[in-house]
Amino acid sequence: MSAVVFARHAMTPAERLRDAGWVAFVGLILGIPLVGLTTVDVGGRLGVETRFGLLAAAVAAVFAGRLLLRWAIDQARNRKQDRDRASTATAADRAHGAQRVVNVLGWVALGASIALPIVFSDNRYVVDTATTVLIYVMLGWGLNVVVGLAGLLDLGYVAFYAVGAYSYALLSTQFGWSFWEALPVSGAMAATFGILLGYPILRLRGDYLAIVTLGFGEIVRIILVNWTEFSNGPNGISSIPRPSFFGLDFSRSAPEGGQTFAGFFGLEFSPMHRLIFLYYLILVLALLTHAFVSRLRKLPVGRAWEALREDEIACQAMGMNTTNIKLSAFAIGAMLGGFAGVFFAARQGFISPESFTFTESAIILAIVVLGGMGSQMGVVLAATLLVLIPEFGRNFAEYRMLLFGLAMVLIMVWRPGGLLSHREPTVRLNALGKASATKEAA
Amino acid sequence: MMLKMEGVHAHYGHIHALRGIDVEVQVGEIVTLIGANGAGKSTLMMSLFGNPKASAGRIVFDGEDITRVHTHEIARRGIALVPEGRRIFPRMTVIENLQMGTAHADPANYAADTARVFAMFPILQERQSQRAGTLSGGEQQMLAIGRALMSRPKLLLLDEPSLGLAPIYIRRIFQIVKELNRDHGMTILLVEQNANQALRVAHRGYVLQHGEITLAGTGAELLASPEVRAAYLEGGHA
Repeated sequence: MSAVVFARHAMTPAERLRDAGWVAFVGLILGIPLVGLTTVDVGGRLGVETRFGLLAAAVAAVFAGRLLLRWAIDQARNRKQDRDRASTATAADRAHGAQRVVNVLGWVALGASIALPIVFSDNRYVVDTATTVLIYVMLGWGLNVVVGLAGLLDLGYVAFYAVGAYSYALLSTQFGWSFWEALPVSGAMAATFGILLGYPILRLRGDYLAIVTLGFGEIVRIILVNWTEFSNGPNGISSIPRPSFFGLDFSRSAPEGGQTFAGFFGLEFSPMHRLIFLYYLILVLALLTHAFVSRLRKLPVGRAWEALREDEIACQAMGMNTTNIKLSAFAIGAMLGGFAGVFFAARQGFISPESFTFTESAIILAIVVLGGMGSQMGVVLAATLLVLIPEFGRNFAEYRMLLFGLAMVLIMVWRPGGLLSHREPTVRLNALGKASATKEAA
Repeated sequence: MMLKMEGVHAHYGHIHALRGIDVEVQVGEIVTLIGANGAGKSTLMMSLFGNPKASAGRIVFDGEDITRVHTHEIARRGIALVPEGRRIFPRMTVIENLQMGTAHADPANYAADTARVFAMFPILQERQSQRAGTLSGGEQQMLAIGRALMSRPKLLLLDEPSLGLAPIYIRRIFQIVKELNRDHGMTILLVEQNANQALRVAHRGYVLQHGEITLAGTGAELLASPEVRAAYLEGGHA
């Protein structure tokens, strides 16, 4: 396999041919059992038939594809080198430029997300999908605190999402709590679980941490499945009340002593009102999350998270209490996941352990990693992509997940650090420029 | 007396890494600790910091017993460590790294401390908004020292500051150590494999072997001692 060159330089045509030849050879080896041989029904018995024509075509396709891919990569690299040579901008200038682009992108995204339900006010599908995107954005931002900022790999994040969702579901169906009453309590509940998970894993890092968090996520799900008296097991909890707009319901007919949203505003009843309200609700929750996390990043606790991600021993040497830093990251990440869970339960009206499988954790983690660890805007882009790709892929039926996987691979090849890997410094230059200027003046 | 270690033992799991260490550092001194790889130099540094905690003996810093104090508390009492291998925060900018050094310090001193560190290391001011990971090894070492100084420590621990640096930077680092002590009155405990240079800048030194102090004396005495010359200065490790 060493012949498959991962060259830093552009390849010569001969090298490219050899490289493609090797890849085609690997394709051939794999293809013999996969494509070359097939079983057929020979009068009730199973017979083997060869399909060498098809195999040859597949290998040829691999050869040509690899050749093309190499060529495209080299082209892209040459263009980038030319550009780098041509530009005299320093790294700092480029970073600054990148930051400006991200800021503009952020405002555009915000404008688009506010305008979306107005433009698509009668398109149920679009508003629904956009709501799903926003749930993932919020989950991504929550997990970003743990993984992106504090650098603690958490594969069981969905557990907190589940805790939030079940807290709301139980509080509302059993005790009649409203959405707004249950929201802070469920968030606190999820945060408690975050600390609960945080304690035993304080000393773990990397792979070991990942395994324990993975286990934690599964434990929560399995408890929800098996503890039937508490969670109604695999049947889930249904008829979870929907959030109301300052006490106004979104139903067709008003409940006793209440009023409907449509009735109060003198509108004609439309099921879209609720969907649009839910959309704006999650938008507000997500924006609050963003403001909260961005603010934390600039406070000592946020900087401590980032320092912890960079080097734990150095943190201790600086006199930082790493126990508290880790627990605060877990608690706040979990709380945000819990909020998203409350919204999820309120939107669906029905939850069951099915919704909180490991796949969910993996997708949320993929959003954070693909977005670029620690980048808030990156999470938005990645969440949009990861929700929309399977949606667009619906036309491709069974190839949908293949497309999804391919997109993820391509993103990681194209941008190994994630879509937006640029990290915005939390200390701006002007404050220090002043400090040094006064020193020079003195 | 700035620091006094009395009969300190420390274990890493089953490994008995320190076997009854007695070390003293007076205010305003540079004390160096030399020894071969695995002699326990870094363990000694880390056990000062309570990680691992001393299994026997006493550590007194600035008149207070810190043997059982939590690691992060020890830093707050005025000991700053420049860890082995620098351990700067690579993806954070230079200025953010310096800021992390003040995690427990009075924010009012921040501007003055930054200016002081920049005056000492002008290159850091030039690179202040650059990611620390993009600095050269020598610059990273300066950043690590600058970061430790941001908390206004009473005692500065330097763990192998010359490790893996180009000769020109090694000279510069030892020069910095000297200046810090002479011009700023900083008390320094310096752990080094580079015995020659370390003993030249130090007032006093200890030789550590297999977790025990085998020799102690002034820098000049140790430089002249035949054992030290044979083991650490001539012909490499004996």
